[in-house]
Amino acid sequence: MFDLTGKAALVTGASGGIGGAIATALHGAGAVVGLSGTREAPLAELAAELGERAHVLPCDLSDMAAVEALPKRAVEAMGALDILVNNAGITRDNLFMRMSDEDWQSVIDVDLTSAFRLCRGAVRGMMKARWGRIVNITSVVGTAGNPGQANYCAAKAGLTGMSKALAQEVASRGITVNCIAPGFIATAMTDKLNDEQKGRITASIPTGRMGAPEEIASAVLYLASVEAGYVTGATLHVNGGMDMV
Amino acid sequence: MSDIADRVKKIVVEHLGVEEDKVTENASFIDDLGADSLDTVELVMAFEEEFGIEIPDDAAETIQTFGDAVKFISDAS
Repeated sequence: MFDLTGKAALVTGASGGIGGAIATALHGAGAVVGLSGTREAPLAELAAELGERAHVLPCDLSDMAAVEALPKRAVEAMGALDILVNNAGITRDNLFMRMSDEDWQSVIDVDLTSAFRLCRGAVRGMMKARWGRIVNITSVVGTAGNPGQANYCAAKAGLTGMSKALAQEVASRGITVNCIAPGFIATAMTDKLNDEQKGRITASIPTGRMGAPEEIASAVLYLASVEAGYVTGATLHVNGGMDMV
Repeated sequence: MSDIADRVKKIVVEHLGVEEDKVTENASFIDDLGADSLDTVELVMAFEEEFGIEIPDDAAETIQTFGDAVKFISDAS
């Protein structure tokens, strides 16, 4: 339904379950994709799977200089940067009273500050092209909160506010900035939960199941499309109804 | 008119969609030529690209008129 032929998309965290699905969906719609992540092997594997129009762009998002350079590397590899998906994120969970400054700062740096820098680097070319799509992957916990994740919740809520401010600044240039807030998505991370934990989680979700990475990817595909040009500053909640905002 | 002034004028005319004769020495991008704050950022980006120079943020803020831009670029290049 959505055609991204001729568009170049950079996806961070493409070595993970959700990021990989996002890159696959954009690629399937015809886009050239830049696969970014810390671990090169899974990126190369995904690139081989996708075949043509896939570029591996390893980047450690906790390395400030590497983050600054990534949009330029993406343009060099793909010829342009029309779509930026800030999907990468880390967690350093701990109860608030036990959370160290390091745990706080590292999550803010990787989940919020790196997205700020990547947006800043990408917007320049988008402004010239008078077209661009930025999709920031936030989380249900950015609005609902979650015990043990003060740092992560702060970063994700911060990403939402940042996206709205940027959306207002660049709307007149044909650039949209939106967020997708996933709920519980079945990935390698949630596979580690035991049946009882899974049961407790699914009981809190009206649809009675966890989401699939592909269900986040299809939401990204929509927001990256030409057809979504009138949607900006929005958050699309993809959470099976667990938090209806 | 110098070559630099011609090139700066061409960028301003193209970017802001204004008549060439409106782009005078003292014409303010925002007050006279209808630019918004984002336009001024884009103009600076375009100048940087055209002339292969870097215009730091604090210098960019001082470039308010066509004459300011020509002077800054002449001094820098």
